[in-house]
Amino acid sequence: MNDMSRLKNRKTPKPRRTPRQPTTTASDNPQPPRRAEMRVRPTAPILPSSNIQGNALMVVIAIMAFLACLTLGAVSMVRATASSWQSQISREITIQIKPDDGLDMAAALRKARDVALTFVGTKDGTIMDDSATARLLEPWLGTGLNLEDLPVPRLVIITIDESNPPDFDSMRDLLKTEVPQAFLDDHRTWVDRLVSMARTTVLIGTGVLILVFTAMILTVIFATRGALSGNRHIVEVLHFVGAESAFVAKEFQKHFLKISIKGSAAGGALAAALFAVANLWQSNSRSTPESDQATALFGSFTIGVTGYLGIFATMLVIALLTTLTARLTVMRTIDEIDLVRSDPSRSDGLPSA
Amino acid sequence: MIHFENVGLRYGMGPEILRDMTFDIPKKSFQFLTGPSGAGKTTLLRLLFLSLHPTRGIINMFGRDLSQIPRSELPMLRRRVGIVFQDFRLLDHLTTYENVALPLRVRGKDESSYRSDVIELLKWVGLGERINVLPAVLSGGEKQRAAIARALMDRPEILLADEPTGNVDPPMAKRLLNLFLELNRLGTAVVIATHDLALMDQVNARRMILTEGRLDIYE
Repeated sequence: MNDMSRLKNRKTPKPRRTPRQPTTTASDNPQPPRRAEMRVRPTAPILPSSNIQGNALMVVIAIMAFLACLTLGAVSMVRATASSWQSQISREITIQIKPDDGLDMAAALRKARDVALTFVGTKDGTIMDDSATARLLEPWLGTGLNLEDLPVPRLVIITIDESNPPDFDSMRDLLKTEVPQAFLDDHRTWVDRLVSMARTTVLIGTGVLILVFTAMILTVIFATRGALSGNRHIVEVLHFVGAESAFVAKEFQKHFLKISIKGSAAGGALAAALFAVANLWQSNSRSTPESDQATALFGSFTIGVTGYLGIFATMLVIALLTTLTARLTVMRTIDEIDLVRSDPSRSDGLPSA
Repeated sequence: MIHFENVGLRYGMGPEILRDMTFDIPKKSFQFLTGPSGAGKTTLLRLLFLSLHPTRGIINMFGRDLSQIPRSELPMLRRRVGIVFQDFRLLDHLTTYENVALPLRVRGKDESSYRSDVIELLKWVGLGERINVLPAVLSGGEKQRAAIARALMDRPEILLADEPTGNVDPPMAKRLLNLFLELNRLGTAVVIATHDLALMDQVNARRMILTEGRLDIYE
């Protein structure tokens, strides 16, 4: 600073409290100066780091992050369960042979199995024997069932290669020709229902996530406007020391980034802990009616590494979203303030600096 | 350096606060801006500080017509103007050092590059022992000197001071005036808005007198 060195060489009006400047040069006096160089504290942030408003926003962001992570985890769990059901169902197809007058059921079953196994994409064929069929019907017809006395349809279970399934239409046609009483069930109805259920769940989850993020963005916009209004004097000072809007926005952005990282980390950690506890409970109470019901409905509560990564990603998205929202809101609000302040026709006769 | 040509200003649909202002502020000049309360001194300072657009007329600052400058460039021009407010406008949560260093901080400079300059300036204005103190514990005179130091920190070409002696006793007012004079001798143009006739009588300087929105200049 050139003026500073010029100032030193001038006879300035020395204020009474100004410390005496050393009159000797370093070469005259090799001893260290009498006073150590003035120490200053680490530079404080331009925006005060904590206030009640900031703490409230942190709690809101934590709740939003918790809900978002919970939704994400629930959706991924339901998807995994649906996909497991779907995979189990589509791994097999069933040929049903209805009894008919003069039909040799055993021969028809064997023929149907052999016809099915001629198709590429089939792996194995099992004829459901009398005892297995009786077991299947036991809940409705009771024990001691004699299948010869009743016109009960019989089943052939064909295991298929899921990655390379056979041509079901051709198989159906051929079976119709060879064994007219045969009916091929490729479980497509069930698979379609499960796929549509999984899609619906994902859609609902995405909707909830969108709602949570929208609520969070709106909360951050209000909080940023509140913070701007509460720190208006700081914005004014920054304005007249020549700060650009981008600088002021950066300061607010830093402030909100800290708040959102703390909030989303707390919410995400809570959600991850909840999944971990649920998983622990499920594994410790295996084979109890409650656990079995929960497992049947939701599958396993394990969300795995991908799930935890998802929670981490949600935390990052929330932090970035908050920061970006704060930045855009500050830039727009400052521009508005600047516009109104500098336009005397909008100042309503209330001069302010 | 600054030229006003037929500048007029009104707030909203009210009467004109400033009328037909035509004057120059030359480089390295020293002037007082005075007039009764409500005459428009603060409004004129706001125009000089690019914080307000005139309703009519032309303002030319540092060789540029302000009406032609996009708003995004105004902060760059403001950096060439230092301003001291009567109410100091120091940030309460920052120390004297941090308040004075603020203009350099908003320019993105590294703290280590300006630390010694800020401390030197604080010593020059007599606040060498109050570097780490928060504004709440500074006296009125100390606050005023901190505000002046902040305005001077980035070596502005012109310093605007709004009632700089309004909150201090006469000896402190004299010391502040000496500070402004010394600064002017170093090449900074100075405009002091004041009611204080005793202060003005101490210096033979140009006087800009605002009365009912009109400006008379006595060289």
